[in-house]
Amino acid sequence: MNVVLAKTDTGRAVSTSFAFARERLPGSGKVAEQRRQAFEAFERAGLPHRRIEDWKYTDLRALMREVLPLAASPDTTALSRAEAALKLHAIEGTRRLVLVDGVFAPKLSDLGKGEKGFSVRTLREVLETGDGALQGELLASDNSDPMIALNTAMATDGVVIEIANGTVLEQPLHVVHVASVGTPAAMFTRSLFRLGRDASATLVESFVAAEGTEAYQAYDSLIVSVGDNARLDHLRLVEDGLDAFNIASAAVTLGAHAQLNTFGMVSGASVSRYQPTIVFAGEGARVDTNGVNLIKGRQHADTTMFMDHAVPHCASREVFRAVIDDRAHSVFQGRIVVRPDAQKTDAKMMTRALLLSDEAEADNKPELEIFADDVTCGHGATTGALDESLLFYLRARGLPEREAQALLIQAFVGEAIESIANDSLREHVIAAAQRWLEARA
Amino acid sequence: MALLEVKDLQVRVEDREILHGLSLTVNPGEVHAIMGPNGSGKSTLSHVIAGKPGYEVTGGQILFRGEDLLEMEPDERAAKGVFLAFQYPVEIPGVATMNFLRTALNAQRKARGESEYSTPDFLKKVREVSKSLNIPQDMLKRGVNVGFSGGEKKRNEILQMALFEPSLCILDEMDSGLDIDALRIAADGVNALRSLERAMVVITHYQRLLNYIVPDYVHVMAKGSVVKTGGKELALQLEESGYAQFEDA
Repeated sequence: MNVVLAKTDTGRAVSTSFAFARERLPGSGKVAEQRRQAFEAFERAGLPHRRIEDWKYTDLRALMREVLPLAASPDTTALSRAEAALKLHAIEGTRRLVLVDGVFAPKLSDLGKGEKGFSVRTLREVLETGDGALQGELLASDNSDPMIALNTAMATDGVVIEIANGTVLEQPLHVVHVASVGTPAAMFTRSLFRLGRDASATLVESFVAAEGTEAYQAYDSLIVSVGDNARLDHLRLVEDGLDAFNIASAAVTLGAHAQLNTFGMVSGASVSRYQPTIVFAGEGARVDTNGVNLIKGRQHADTTMFMDHAVPHCASREVFRAVIDDRAHSVFQGRIVVRPDAQKTDAKMMTRALLLSDEAEADNKPELEIFADDVTCGHGATTGALDESLLFYLRARGLPEREAQALLIQAFVGEAIESIANDSLREHVIAAAQRWLEARA
Repeated sequence: MALLEVKDLQVRVEDREILHGLSLTVNPGEVHAIMGPNGSGKSTLSHVIAGKPGYEVTGGQILFRGEDLLEMEPDERAAKGVFLAFQYPVEIPGVATMNFLRTALNAQRKARGESEYSTPDFLKKVREVSKSLNIPQDMLKRGVNVGFSGGEKKRNEILQMALFEPSLCILDEMDSGLDIDALRIAADGVNALRSLERAMVVITHYQRLLNYIVPDYVHVMAKGSVVKTGGKELALQLEESGYAQFEDA
């Protein structure tokens, strides 16, 4: 499975790997046709670069240069390394579903009897044997975004989770993406999460690397629908290896009076991009989203969020924080569209960046497009260093400089972490933030 | 040996000299009051002793038990036993008071090579002290000084003083913004900490505070140096005559 990429032209190099991989990609007939179209769309556009407005801060052509060949299915060595990695990233009390190098790993997953109203299948299973409508939905993504198109073309596996109407899932689900490749490679996953009417659930996604993993590229795409009156708590933790790329998107649709509470934290990956689109499809829904970037070295972390207020009486809150050390670069692009009918929309967006070094960079780009006239919308941004007067107070009480800084950084991200309702998940995130701070000290 | 010796201290902020050759000696067990008009350099002195950035010492020295204090980082000074009760204690949202107290106390103990406090011992100690200062327990769960009244902030400073057991306490305008009742509680807290080993430097604009915390020495500062030193009766004289006589000098 070692494809030698002799050609430097990105499109053609990937093309070779797509051709080579085709036999490993699940689905035939209409599915294969959707993949082909998506791949053509990607090939036409190539890797996005800075002259494309949406990608102006994250020039993949310069940062990434090429798409690596598809990772081999994990062998026993890869699986045992992945298992070791899970020990550090496991969260007590959750049902774990594990993807290793982009392939579902049943032996590492908890497939024991689920609560009533809960079903999980793999993407492969659904694309090979599932019903056509679901297959269509899984691959119907927008081909105008080249990276989503590439994911559509190449998605190897993922999880398809469905929660029936009225089901209150007590146990959080933890989908863990473990990279364990022995040679540089790319992994493509796509998952679907459907939460029925009046249902509620907690979904955690982690991206991690096994020890000794080579440079890799993780491409993920998540499709979420939250039914009327349903509530989803969503956590997304990017703790990839520091040589890795993580290019991901989410497409979320919210029913009437649905609630989405989402928290994301990026502390890993050399370059990461997360592109969630949240569409309000029913009135009275609410989204609270909190994001945290904890980055250092030359890390580059981009969150590009699109909040689509398509219907009236919905509320959205976006608070995005970044702690940026060394020469790292944090990007937040937040677009809010309020469609002509979406009266009484209440949308607010706030970005706060903490720069720990003179060479750290934060780019914030708010875009508000408001077509309705009776709405409350706002955005704000702050960027600065740690407050000297607070630092002095702590130092005057005996805290050495780094510890004083750590306490203030903790407080800065702590406000976001407080938004996580579940105690053990909150503890898990606090521990992850702590690891980052300790590595810095 | 003197606890604190300030010798001919000259300090600048940007291009302006604030202290021009200030000297002060404080022995263990003594309480010194430093009085003076606004702008005389009282707060600058307290900041320089604690190690606040932004001041340039252009001459003189500060010795603490014979050691050069100016060579030490602010946290080292704290661990050695220097404590500054701030005139305006800062609010630190997101850092719970209890967590802050424990982190700071253990950092100081660690720096001195002492063992860290166990959680039960720490809690017991905090409870005792906070009770005597009339600080409700739920205040300790909130962010440091967040939403505290002026009196609560000052009591929180004294709580820290009691916990950290410093050998030199500098109280910078402790009375500012306090009403009579709050002042009495704060002063009682300070008086409870007076001991033969511990010295205090009480910086104040008004004589009123000195009715509650009775000093052994009173120094009058004007224009960046000590212009007069006397006993506690000096404070009362100042109350009548004012500072003008020193400022005109």
